[in-house]
Amino acid sequence: MLNSRVELDDLKKKALLEISRTPKRILVCAGTGCVANGSLKVFELFKQLLAQKPELKLSVELDKEDHHNKTSAHISGCHGFCQMGPLVRIEPRGTLYCKVKPEDVSEIFEEHIINGRVVTRLLYQDDNTHSPIETQDEIPFYKNQLRVALANCGRINPDDIEDYIAHNGYQSLARALYEMTPDEVVKEVLDSGLRGRGGGGFPTGRKWLFAREAGGEKKYIICNGDEGDPGAFMDRSVMEGDPHRVIEGMMLAGYAVGADEGYIYVRAEYPLAVKRLRRAVETAGKYGMLGENILGRGFSFKVNIKEGAGAFVCGEETALIASIEGERGMPRPRPPFPAVSGLWGCPTIINNVETLANLPSIILNGAGWFSSLGTPTSTGTKTFALAGQVAHTGLVEVPMGLTLRKVVFDIGGGLRDGKVFKAVQIGGPSGGCLTKDHLDLPLDYDSLQKAGAMVGSGGLVVMGEDTCMVEVAKFFMGFVQNESCGKCVPCREGTRRMLDLLTRITSGAGTEEDLLLLEELALIVKDGSLCGLGKTAPNPVLTTLKYFRSEYEAHVRDKKCPAGVCKDLLDYRIDPSLCKGCGLCKKNCPADAISGAKKEPHQIDPEKCIKCGTCVSKCKFGAIVTN
Amino acid sequence: MERKFERLQEIIESHQGKVAHLIAILQEVQEEYRYLPEEVLTYIATAMKVSPATVYGVATFYAQFSLIPKGKYVIRVCDGTACHVRGSEPIHFALRENLGLTGGESTTGDMQFTVETVSCLGACGLAPVVVINGDEVHGQTTPESIVGAIKRIVSLEKQGESKSPSETGCCQNA
Repeated sequence: MLNSRVELDDLKKKALLEISRTPKRILVCAGTGCVANGSLKVFELFKQLLAQKPELKLSVELDKEDHHNKTSAHISGCHGFCQMGPLVRIEPRGTLYCKVKPEDVSEIFEEHIINGRVVTRLLYQDDNTHSPIETQDEIPFYKNQLRVALANCGRINPDDIEDYIAHNGYQSLARALYEMTPDEVVKEVLDSGLRGRGGGGFPTGRKWLFAREAGGEKKYIICNGDEGDPGAFMDRSVMEGDPHRVIEGMMLAGYAVGADEGYIYVRAEYPLAVKRLRRAVETAGKYGMLGENILGRGFSFKVNIKEGAGAFVCGEETALIASIEGERGMPRPRPPFPAVSGLWGCPTIINNVETLANLPSIILNGAGWFSSLGTPTSTGTKTFALAGQVAHTGLVEVPMGLTLRKVVFDIGGGLRDGKVFKAVQIGGPSGGCLTKDHLDLPLDYDSLQKAGAMVGSGGLVVMGEDTCMVEVAKFFMGFVQNESCGKCVPCREGTRRMLDLLTRITSGAGTEEDLLLLEELALIVKDGSLCGLGKTAPNPVLTTLKYFRSEYEAHVRDKKCPAGVCKDLLDYRIDPSLCKGCGLCKKNCPADAISGAKKEPHQIDPEKCIKCGTCVSKCKFGAIVTN
Repeated sequence: MERKFERLQEIIESHQGKVAHLIAILQEVQEEYRYLPEEVLTYIATAMKVSPATVYGVATFYAQFSLIPKGKYVIRVCDGTACHVRGSEPIHFALRENLGLTGGESTTGDMQFTVETVSCLGACGLAPVVVINGDEVHGQTTPESIVGAIKRIVSLEKQGESKSPSETGCCQNA
């Protein structure tokens, strides 16, 4: 139980000493990505090996007191480089081993832990030179990043509050409680220029000011962890990898606006995040960091965890409130804004996970430090979830204003499998598609807004030349149509009609008038919808119509899909000069559409062909061509 | 049937019957019965003193709730943007074909498998992703690899050894 700042500092010193006395710390990534690739098995093997070597005085026990000078193994949160997982980091040098399989564990153990020699074959290899790179910080994927919200992810054990405290955990809260008035905390956040990282980009400090000034005894802080944007997973990583930081951020918000209770609303699709957050709330309570009279300063705060039940619209703040109240997650008209009348009618602050994760660093290092990062109107850093057809997928955090090119090519390593860059979809279903002409666009709120996209939650899906932009627009429209809650007509009916039009276009039945109708409808949905979901739903359509119009025209005029994706517009045929007549396609064709004698070129009957593509994947000679 | 309502009552009481906890109650009830049978929804409404329409409204609003029974193994194919552009559709197609699901069917006749799509599981770095029973994550899947995973489950089921789905070759959560 920590009753004062002095006790917190003592614990920090003790925990730091513990780390410094540990000659080697093995950190095995236990984020969702690495777990899926078998990292827990790797962790178990390290633990077993450590346990088998008592003569080396090595130990894996997490019991801190009597294990000085011992190597230890821990799990850690997501390192962000999910594609290279399972990742194993060995401290203090920061050696990073990639794609570690259970059979590699004994080699790492013998060579690195016991003999102190790096296992070169498991290191990351430079894309161009193929020479191995030892430490995490030297790898291009990490080198160009600046981690604030993700600072601890992958470096601490998310289940160990003392590890968090050793890494400056709860220091910002102590500073706020001991040195600052609530008004000063609000001012610091205002001055930092921090804007909401969940998509809207509203200045966090200003939101707080509204809630601070709102009357009433009871106020709430809600952490919005309903990260529903397809293609975004930074909030998951923070909740899984550094849950105490989220709690500390909520407490700072609570102290600033005068709230004593908070809710963390997490998607049910993130079971590991729920588990880690629950554990963190429980331990924080045991250590006296949550509850009554925190650090002896009279401030009280409790945190509840609410699991979502699968509704994208609940990421919208008023819908989220309705969901916490146990109702259908439908948005409510604003005003009144939640900061004035929110959960159960009380002033409520809803901040996104990443926004909250930035707060401890702002209070600790000051507004000046934070606003020196990024651009004047978009301060600080932003995490982006880099995915799609990019060479290195994962989570990156960079200063705001870095160009798209730097993120996709310098950090992401360009496109995979020699594909050519075509577009990047940024900001999920609310965002837009940008082209290679936008590669030098700085990634900040205002530049992206001007280009018709938005930072959104930060999903960045890279697409190559074989992606059909009309199909992508249809994909997003299908998503929002499915997720539209049905409350307001423009969104409910408009998205359905837009989806119908896009389906018609991709099936070859579209006309040029359809393109005009689509555009008109998009603008009506944008203007007339009640909440952010509907207001931004047309963005993928509008941006693709703007930047990839010729592709739409090819679909409606020439009845062709230039990217070769839309099945109804494809014709499969066999190139007789390449066909060896092996019969593999004929055997596998589910529609019996292929005929031909053995060792003679085969043919496809276009009447029977269902365009499933099985023959293309089976043919070893590349003889099946589409147009 | 009596035992069924007994457990229901326990769940409702553990939440003191609070209407704000309706979603959590439905989640726990679904965990228990694998779906939300109609009579259970009516019971919840009566016990919590709200209208059946309120309970039914919430149960049908959220994607997580199912009013029809699901299979023993619920296979969720991620169709988020990253998975979509990396080919989640052929995986979904292969799964349905392999399990003999046609038309609007999502559950096999023997109640072993349910196949559904989900918009983003947040594991985009591993696209395309398939999750079996909530916590068994398969990353960088191909139609062949996922059909192989299904075959392993089927053969384990045949041997009668499959006590827990997570023993089928992948992973569990920490």
